[in-house]
Amino acid sequence: MSAATLTAPRVKPGADEGRIGIRANLRHIGALVRRNAMQIKHDPESMFDALLMPIIFILLFVYVFGGAMFGPGNQQKYVQYLVPGMMAMMGMNIAMAVGTGVNEDFRKGVMDRFRTMPIARSSVLIAKIVVEVGRMLIATAILLGMGFLLGLKIEGGIPAFLGAIVLSTVFGAALMWIFILLGLTLKTPQAVQGMAMLVLMPLQFGSSIFAPTKTMPGWLEGFTSINPLSNLADAARALIKGQGAVAHPTLITLAWAVAITAITMPLAVRKFRNKT
Amino acid sequence: MEVRGLVKHFGDVRAVDGVDLDVKEGTVLGVLGPNGAGKTTLVRCLSTLLVPDAGSAVVAGFDVVRQPRALRRTIGLTGQYASVDEKLSGWENLYMIGRLLDLSRKDARGRADEMLERFSLTEAAKRPAAKYSGGMRRRLDLAASMIGRPAVLYLDEPTTGLDPRTRNEVWEEVQRMVREGATVLLTTQYMEEAEQLANELTVIDRGRVIAEGRVDELKAKVGGRTLQIRPSEPGELDRMVGAIAQAGLDGIAGATADHDGGVVNVPIISDEQLTAVVSVLGQRGFSLAGISTHLPSLDEVFLAITGQKTSEAAASEDASDQQYAEVSA
Repeated sequence: MSAATLTAPRVKPGADEGRIGIRANLRHIGALVRRNAMQIKHDPESMFDALLMPIIFILLFVYVFGGAMFGPGNQQKYVQYLVPGMMAMMGMNIAMAVGTGVNEDFRKGVMDRFRTMPIARSSVLIAKIVVEVGRMLIATAILLGMGFLLGLKIEGGIPAFLGAIVLSTVFGAALMWIFILLGLTLKTPQAVQGMAMLVLMPLQFGSSIFAPTKTMPGWLEGFTSINPLSNLADAARALIKGQGAVAHPTLITLAWAVAITAITMPLAVRKFRNKT
Repeated sequence: MEVRGLVKHFGDVRAVDGVDLDVKEGTVLGVLGPNGAGKTTLVRCLSTLLVPDAGSAVVAGFDVVRQPRALRRTIGLTGQYASVDEKLSGWENLYMIGRLLDLSRKDARGRADEMLERFSLTEAAKRPAAKYSGGMRRRLDLAASMIGRPAVLYLDEPTTGLDPRTRNEVWEEVQRMVREGATVLLTTQYMEEAEQLANELTVIDRGRVIAEGRVDELKAKVGGRTLQIRPSEPGELDRMVGAIAQAGLDGIAGATADHDGGVVNVPIISDEQLTAVVSVLGQRGFSLAGISTHLPSLDEVFLAITGQKTSEAAASEDASDQQYAEVSA
């Protein structure tokens, strides 16, 4: 090009004036939460996992394993054992879906639109988490409803019971950052799903969710004692039953939640910002 | 919009390799190039989706690298792939975007209704965008880009894959936006689209600018249109070429016979030349079965400007193509 066109471009003075205030940020998150909720409204099938999984799993486990574990006719005792553990499992299963959701979003042009708009880029991810926590609470409510039908009893008082729900929700929300990171890193939703299962299965079954760990070999028992799902299940169990150690498993669960969030959230947000 | 020496590479591939652009306020710049030329990468750099590796770009007074947030308030982007949420209805898409642009609930509602009306989508307002036809989706996409009344619009191949009728609808909307004062950067693979919409044209290939100027200047350079004449008797092709050459019409040179196609091709620039050629043939008593005119294809433009085929035609497995596919995915 000729020298004449190579003058320095005119730039408006001042720094980047587009900083987004907290109120605007909340409004954006609100609009994006509404978007995710509307998606569910238009595609009710996407709620099947949250609605049906707790029902199917609790029935299967209680009637397949319950008799074997606590003697025929004593399934109710297993309900008391299983339901708190399944609260931990629900969180993980719902969290998994967020990864495939994020991945699919990126394969469509709509993410380009969000990223060229004057909104904080993290608001897209935070809205996703808000909606998934909502789904998680619905799944937990259904699970507990089924539990009550099958004879679950709250023996530790309502505050402790609510504490169990809060703990499993907090941990589930922390897990979502792992799956968001996976969703942003891997190429296809199928890969995200496959990878998530790989993480999920050992954590779920190598835990105290389905069976007491006393009969497991030493190495596995060692694994379960640090497995956050195990600790979450133990904590929830003790809270609902009103007896047993609460502080130790709760602390380990919270430590995991904090560590997971502290490591994967910044990575996920950065990945999201720089994604091409 | 002033772009100077913009460079963006992916690994070893320089997708955009030192591009300069100038777009005056309220005008349309067409960026013409084949797949893999770097058009999409260029648009993504200018719309803050990618950070360029070198060079500078100032859009509406904002530096794309240093003031991305301020810039995002003034731009609208319609990509090659409609950037709307397919699971939401048309209305919900537009309402959401209004809210994200800090309109009040009432204003966002009003603006969504208004834009649906304007883009003839009112009847489809409540249907999920996934059920829209390709043209409707593209219109919704344009509507979404217009919600915030952007001063600068990027249209990345807005009509690729659309049928001619829908394409015309999109063109009309773009022309209307320009009348209302928008500055537009349009990328396209079609000479016809550039001719319809753009004031100025930049031709790029392999990430570099290979030609630029007003549309009519470039057209003159590549010979404007091609007039195709089909004689009733295929055997008369060569005699027709001879007759046109003998007539010595102003600005007409290089008529050729296409024996396989059974036509004579005459490059022309004006309608007067068309009339002149046809009347010469009529006076000489040739019987014509059909005539038609064609705008030069992108390949012909490239051939005329560079003397080479497009990089796409030359090597369809070119690395930059693969990069392009990755970037746009």
